Amino acid sequence: MTMETPQPSPNNAVLEVQGLVKHFPVRRGFFQRPIGHIQAVDGVDLALAPGKTLGLVGESGCGKSTVGRLILKLLEPDAGRIAFRGEEISGYTQDEMKPLRREMQIIFQDPYGSLNPRMTVSQTIEEGLRITGMKHPQERKDRVLELLHMVGLAPSAADRYPHEFSGGQRQRVGLARALSVEPSLVICDEPISALDVSIQAQIINLLEGLQSRLGLSYLFISHDLNVVGYMSDTVAVMYLGHIMEVAPADALFDRALHPYTQALLSAVPVADPDERAEPATLGGDVPSAYEPPPGCKFQGRCPLVEDRCKEGKIEMVSVDADHQVRCWKVTGT
Amino acid sequence: MKPLLSIEDLHVEFRGRRATARVLEGVSYDVRPGETVCVVGESGCGKTVSALSILGILPVPPARITQGRVRFQDLDLLDLDEEALQEVRGNRISMVFQEPMTSLNPVFTIGDQIREAIQVHKKISDEEARDRCVSLLHDVGIASPRDRLRDYPHQLSGGQRQRVMIAMALSCGPELLIADEPTTALDVTIQVQILKLFQEIQQQKGLSLLYITHDLGVVAQIADRIFVMYAGVITEQGSARAIFHEPRHPYTKGLLSSLPARARRGSPLYSVPGAVPDPAHKPEGCPFHPRCPIAENACRKTFPELCDWGDGHLSRCPVLFKKPDKDG
Repeated sequence: MTMETPQPSPNNAVLEVQGLVKHFPVRRGFFQRPIGHIQAVDGVDLALAPGKTLGLVGESGCGKSTVGRLILKLLEPDAGRIAFRGEEISGYTQDEMKPLRREMQIIFQDPYGSLNPRMTVSQTIEEGLRITGMKHPQERKDRVLELLHMVGLAPSAADRYPHEFSGGQRQRVGLARALSVEPSLVICDEPISALDVSIQAQIINLLEGLQSRLGLSYLFISHDLNVVGYMSDTVAVMYLGHIMEVAPADALFDRALHPYTQALLSAVPVADPDERAEPATLGGDVPSAYEPPPGCKFQGRCPLVEDRCKEGKIEMVSVDADHQVRCWKVTGT
Repeated sequence: MKPLLSIEDLHVEFRGRRATARVLEGVSYDVRPGETVCVVGESGCGKTVSALSILGILPVPPARITQGRVRFQDLDLLDLDEEALQEVRGNRISMVFQEPMTSLNPVFTIGDQIREAIQVHKKISDEEARDRCVSLLHDVGIASPRDRLRDYPHQLSGGQRQRVMIAMALSCGPELLIADEPTTALDVTIQVQILKLFQEIQQQKGLSLLYITHDLGVVAQIADRIFVMYAGVITEQGSARAIFHEPRHPYTKGLLSSLPARARRGSPLYSVPGAVPDPAHKPEGCPFHPRCPIAENACRKTFPELCDWGDGHLSRCPVLFKKPDKDG
């Protein structure tokens, strides 16, 4: 889905991102002169169809959360297009974004850090309702109860404070707040990573249920391949600011083509003692995104690396209508 | 085989101003020589507290061991005085923690820190200690170890820091290594490297590994035997195959069927309802009964006995033991 190999993007996409770039300057010295850049997001293309889930998976520092924040314009992109339901929003000011904010919501990893400890659950949820113009207190109160019911919390939760809840319940509160303004797109940034195994399944089911009931579209950001594979229709694998591979979830798990995706998949421990395969271990660490070398971002750890991986930009190639890989080895060209 | 370490009927409570939390209620597990034992459970189940009790590094107060024994070979660790315990801790039993950044001192080089760990227990010269550091760092897969000695912890990546912690834990040639969620803070591609390192070390040095984690995937990959813990109680124990292929406790069954990797996309995941109980307000009877799909009246009143399924596979669910086909 690069400029060079244009894909017939779903015209009705809820969200379409093209060539998204965000470089953070690194400053040094008395005058704080920029001495280089962290290339957090370095030309990302994504498309999300309505009512579907797009999984964005990668290791820490790959830029996946930055992508989420750029889409919501919580961070200002350096370059690239963001289209929300066909409307180009990348140039929008914060004021212009305002009416769109109720359409695009986010839930975070740490549900405690993202809730105001001094506000009761109903105050937290009502705030969104008030901003979007629900004036009548009784109306708001009814809506809060309706939302609590929707996310599986008891009505009594309304008057309690965040610290009185467990992690899973707090995530439910965060979700109720996000849903209060009736969004069509919810960006889920590692929503279950901080939760216990038995609670994770509850939140996954809740997210799935709400999606089919309300027709929500999710951008599901996570480092957990199993969860992403279960939740998503399409999965994009990110590494050091680049999308390395995009494919329907099943295709990605059955036929991963990029060496990084393959390594990532084989690194996930299988919950079966009979399947103790020797994983294809990647050497080294995830390198820093500070001034990476030219060429493929994965060159430093790739088992297939050759000289030509180290020069120029590696383009996405299509192996299928909906399966793209950023590796020339795959097609043998 | 005679166990190297055994915890017997350990009870630990934490006293707060308002309530007393019974964090461990009669926990028993053992590790045999050369074996990898995993203690698996969710946060707050008491798995870390049990490990800290072995080494005598529980914060006392508020913690208090009210009952039980910890045997390490012929020693009764809970009866040892601080000096005698020091001989065991770090020397014969050592521990690796989850967050290597907080376990390493940021103002000392890693060379200094490993050397200190060695010299506390062994009277050797600085020169010898330095050579030992280099070979240890080499053993745990750190490239150009001699140069790394002068590095400070912040100069290393998360995976390298964990390698340094493991080097430090191995410095005195322990018989037992306790690892408490050592890969939880790491990325999967780094986690694989560290797990492989643990296995190599174990094969080379023949030490026993007590591995504490919440990650069932990791457990399946490394465990010989598994102890499943819930709310301060061992609910099920057995070989890795028994636990993963023939779980005999509704909690274990629930955990396994709630794994997204085992589920088909589109069909809802099984989820264990409710949440882990607050240790200060645990339910009476079986601690799992409020979340259990097959709980009976007796479960609400009587604490369940361990039922023996044979071959060292035990579970604390008499209901399932009577009717093994019951869906749990």
